[in-house]
Amino acid sequence: MMPDLGRYAVAVLSSYGATLALLAALLALTVWRGRRVKRQLAEVEARQARAPTEGER
Amino acid sequence: MRALLLRDLRLAFRAGGGFGLGLAFFLLVAVLVPLGVGPEPATLAKIAPGILWVGALLACLLSLDRIFALDFEDGSLDLLATSPIPLEGVVAVKAFAHWLVTGLPLTLVAPVLGVLLNLPGPGYLWLVASLAAGTPALSVIGAFGAALTVGIKRGGLLLSLLVLPLYVPTLIFGAEVVKRGAAGAEVSVPLLLLAGITAGALALLPFAAAAAIRVNLR
Amino acid sequence: MSLWEYANPKKFMQLSAGVLPWVGGLTAVCLIVGLVWGFFLTPDDFRQGSTVKIIFLHVPSAMMAINAWVMMLVASLIWLIRRHHVSALAAKAAAPVGLTFTAIALVTGALWGQPMWGTWWAWDPRLTAFLILALFYLGYIALWQAVEDPDTAADLTAVLCMVGSVFAVLSRYAVKFWNQGLHQDSTILKVGEKDPIAPAFYVPLVVCIAGFVLLFVLLVLMRTRTEIRARRLSALLARERLA
Repeated sequence: MMPDLGRYAVAVLSSYGATLALLAALLALTVWRGRRVKRQLAEVEARQARAPTEGER
Repeated sequence: MRALLLRDLRLAFRAGGGFGLGLAFFLLVAVLVPLGVGPEPATLAKIAPGILWVGALLACLLSLDRIFALDFEDGSLDLLATSPIPLEGVVAVKAFAHWLVTGLPLTLVAPVLGVLLNLPGPGYLWLVASLAAGTPALSVIGAFGAALTVGIKRGGLLLSLLVLPLYVPTLIFGAEVVKRGAAGAEVSVPLLLLAGITAGALALLPFAAAAAIRVNLR
Repeated sequence: MSLWEYANPKKFMQLSAGVLPWVGGLTAVCLIVGLVWGFFLTPDDFRQGSTVKIIFLHVPSAMMAINAWVMMLVASLIWLIRRHHVSALAAKAAAPVGLTFTAIALVTGALWGQPMWGTWWAWDPRLTAFLILALFYLGYIALWQAVEDPDTAADLTAVLCMVGSVFAVLSRYAVKFWNQGLHQDSTILKVGEKDPIAPAFYVPLVVCIAGFVLLFVLLVLMRTRTEIRARRLSALLARERLA
């Protein structure tokens, strides 16, 4: 299955490795921050719905 | 506008105004580089054009944050923004004042430092010519960067990060003029491109800088 | 019904929530098909050996590094002209993605250059221009982070993006003037001319490019949604403090 990369195996494999690692890190960061902000927003919205602030009453 | 120019010049020459700081820095670069790379005349002659241009550029960078920061802090920038002079004009005058106290002295002092760095004979004329044509662009690009960061506390480092990439074309063409001049080759193409960049920057960037200042004064 | 309706954050959130799974799925399909095809099923080049397989990462990421900046420029213009917040936030969201693509293009380029040119790095015009592009991305991101008021930050970064675009193009031509390079010209657009890219590489490359474009869209959509939520969050918190 694994193709014969010959003497350039290191260059090709590390290219693919580095790219996938960078993209995975970016995706993970995006998802992580997205979830955190979403959770915080839900918390604050729930809190404010329970206790309406002065301005809303 | 002349009053504004004179005021800026007076402030710059007063103690702590930063005049001379850029020149001293430029001198230091020209002294430190031979100490770092060794005293062989051939090596120095080869790198002199680039070192002189990079040194001038960094020396110019040093005093950029003074263009607007002090006026922003004491509120005179607000006064200038509401004065009858258009803000674009204010930016242009302030950039011109900055050039008079940094770019112009750097240009005049550069041949002396060229001697230290063993710049080949035909290069001196083109060194002065290229700095004279290029340093106005450094000042006006710097004024734009200073306008962007004027509202940020301790924005000096950010200012360098924003401005240095914008300096790339000026540096490349400026150093190329000196390199070709020192080698006795044809210089008109890079010199014209350098002057073109300066002219374009002078024409357009005051508008961008004025827009940035208006945003920062909101 | 016009396109500008989606500039409303609520409309944008609804639409993007519906579109996201489809974009995500398509991205995964294109990237997996393209990269597996490229890595396992393409022949070696007779001169470059197996290093041609790097093309499937290098070319799409380099293209998207530039396209991301163009997208930021368009979004900045829309913000400056029509004051749609979603547009400003989309530009903010795109910058780290563009920076990552630039980094990938530089890293894969270095890894490809080492066996082919005998050096990791050369001050070749294309390489230098990409390094400068990375600096522009860094400055843009740093400015967003340094300014506290979000609308001020959006305005300032939009102005920086416009001026930066002009200077990025100038730098591209300046470095071309400064040094003739090792880097070959693009061969993708040469199909139908002499010396085109071979069809065995062309098809998986197009699939990979589609995958990278979709990945960019996916990431920008996700990050824009997060930015909109973060903006709403800080507004709610500010109101709480006032009460």
